[in-house]
Amino acid sequence: MLEASTIVASMRANGLSKQFGGLRAVADVSLDVHQDEIHAVIGPNGAGKSTLINLLSGDMNVTAGSIVLDDRDVTRFGAERRARCGIGRSYQKTTIFQQSTVYENARLAAQAHSKAPLKIFGDVVSDTNVNAATHDALERTGLTSRADTLANQLSHGEQRQLEIAMVLATGPRIILLDEPLAGMGTQEARKIVELIASLRKGHAVLLVEHDMDAVFELADRLTVMQDGKVIATGLPQQVRTDPAVRAAYLGTHDGAPGDAA
Amino acid sequence: MTNISIRIWLVPLALLAIAIALPFVVPKYYVQFASKALLLGMLAMALNLVVGYGGLVSLCHGAFFGIGGYALAMVTPKYDPVSLWWSFPFAVALAGFAALIIGALALRTRGVYFIMVTLAFGEMLFFLFHDNQFAGGSDGAYINNKPEIAIAGRVLLDLDKPLAFYFVVLACLVATIALLTMLVRSPFGHALAAARDNERRARSLGFPIFRLRLIAFVISGAIAGVAGYFSAAQFGFIAPQTLGWHVSATVLVMVLIGGLRSVVGPLVGALVLLGLEEVLKASTEYWKLAEGLIVIAIVLFLPNGVRHLLTAALGERKDESPQDVKAVAKVEHA
Ligand SMILES: Nc1ncnc2c1ncn2[C@@H]1O[C@H](COP(=O)(O)OP(=O)(O)OP(=O)(O)O)[C@@H](O)[C@H]1O
Ligand SMILES: [Mg+2]
Repeated sequence: MLEASTIVASMRANGLSKQFGGLRAVADVSLDVHQDEIHAVIGPNGAGKSTLINLLSGDMNVTAGSIVLDDRDVTRFGAERRARCGIGRSYQKTTIFQQSTVYENARLAAQAHSKAPLKIFGDVVSDTNVNAATHDALERTGLTSRADTLANQLSHGEQRQLEIAMVLATGPRIILLDEPLAGMGTQEARKIVELIASLRKGHAVLLVEHDMDAVFELADRLTVMQDGKVIATGLPQQVRTDPAVRAAYLGTHDGAPGDAA
Repeated sequence: MTNISIRIWLVPLALLAIAIALPFVVPKYYVQFASKALLLGMLAMALNLVVGYGGLVSLCHGAFFGIGGYALAMVTPKYDPVSLWWSFPFAVALAGFAALIIGALALRTRGVYFIMVTLAFGEMLFFLFHDNQFAGGSDGAYINNKPEIAIAGRVLLDLDKPLAFYFVVLACLVATIALLTMLVRSPFGHALAAARDNERRARSLGFPIFRLRLIAFVISGAIAGVAGYFSAAQFGFIAPQTLGWHVSATVLVMVLIGGLRSVVGPLVGALVLLGLEEVLKASTEYWKLAEGLIVIAIVLFLPNGVRHLLTAALGERKDESPQDVKAVAKVEHA
């Protein structure tokens, strides 16, 4: 499928678990995601999807299990080191620099992955590579016209766009998105769905999303979680008809996955 | 373009001109007073790198200031001056080294715990110098001869002259302002502020938060050491009290008065506080009480500094709507 010369990004979780006191938020989850695919993870509220992303990104330490990036065990790496290995993530709850401009938010993301992120000489406007990555990320998320606006002045939907722009600006190989569409208007959501689809090429994308239309439009593979466990995984069309999945979604406001699709 | 840059430079150049002219127009006493005030201003600016830009409220900067002074006291022979060439870098390196050790341990904590840990380290150093005789114990240590720069027996710089001393201090001050301004405008400075505003995001973007803060802490401690070195040289004396929390807290008040979001604000804060003290001392015997009341009033009327300080100590203030708060409670780990 790919030439042998290209570096193919992949991430694999083996038997991941996370214990919060008496609660096993993630229980023995194994999954993988490869370059040029979008792997969607769905499940009811509290299923452990965000916790899974936190484990993969290094925001939280695992209780058990291991995480392999390409061929490297990164389980013991902190979040900052994993980010420098090429993992980029967005947050379900918008996590941006509220007091800074949109441009500065994206520029910081690009700076973190520049050659000298902690340079003490020279000012921040002069790095052309950083500026190019920043412009590109804002352009792709449709925020160019808002570049000089303070992040806390943005609408909720625009803040969600910025959340994604910051991920793009870091130039990641593995992209973990935690409900990127939550709180967006239909039009904005449409654009972001297209953007995520365009990320498939060249990236490995793990997508957690409640919007089933988007999930079934985007996902190459689908994993369903409930109570911390994986209850089904495979091609979207197979998973959709899985009895266990239908049972998990019965009686929740989400309806059965894909019913609306 | 050039018009704007001229205007930007106009005020600082005018102030510098005033600072240069000052010793030629005021009595000697005020030249010494100005030197002292500028040194404390330098200490306050150093502290603000970590408090204002780093969001780390340190209560041990008196210790770095004091270590700079003690380093000079301990290398100065009883009857001769010491060479500034090596005693100065030595003192600054020692203060920076202390900041490296304390920072490496304290920066593993956050918020209020960071304040407590730095306070504890400051007090430890106070007792180290207070209870042991190696540097004069509770009596402090004397520096009988100010450091000098001499080549082949000819003294090129004699800090005993108040005028020369003042200009050396002024030069150090200008260098400090230049260094700090460069730092806060650099990618490093922006990353430092990003870690202050949202540590989680800064970390997941890939910034090495611990290293970033440690570098800032060490630079800050080293500059505090510069101020301490010259301060001890000026008075010819260093007391263990210099290391303690009282000095650290006073400098923090200077930072608060001057504001946490600019490089030179704390210098202004230091000048205001020391000027106030000078005026009050001359006019009332209850000057400490009056000073306290005025400081409280200043801080209350300029609440920005306090707000930033609280943010640093207690984390981002939450002003989300109730609905958002619920969402936060649900996904606070996300
Ligand atoms: N830091 C934490 N401490 C304690 N419990 C936590 C923590 N984070 C998550 N949990 C719990 O773990 C479980 C899984 O939470 P998680 O946020 O991963 O679910 P989710 O699938 O992302 O849900 P949602 O769809 O609502 O975002 C929940 O019961 C939650 O309350
Ligand atoms: Mg979630």
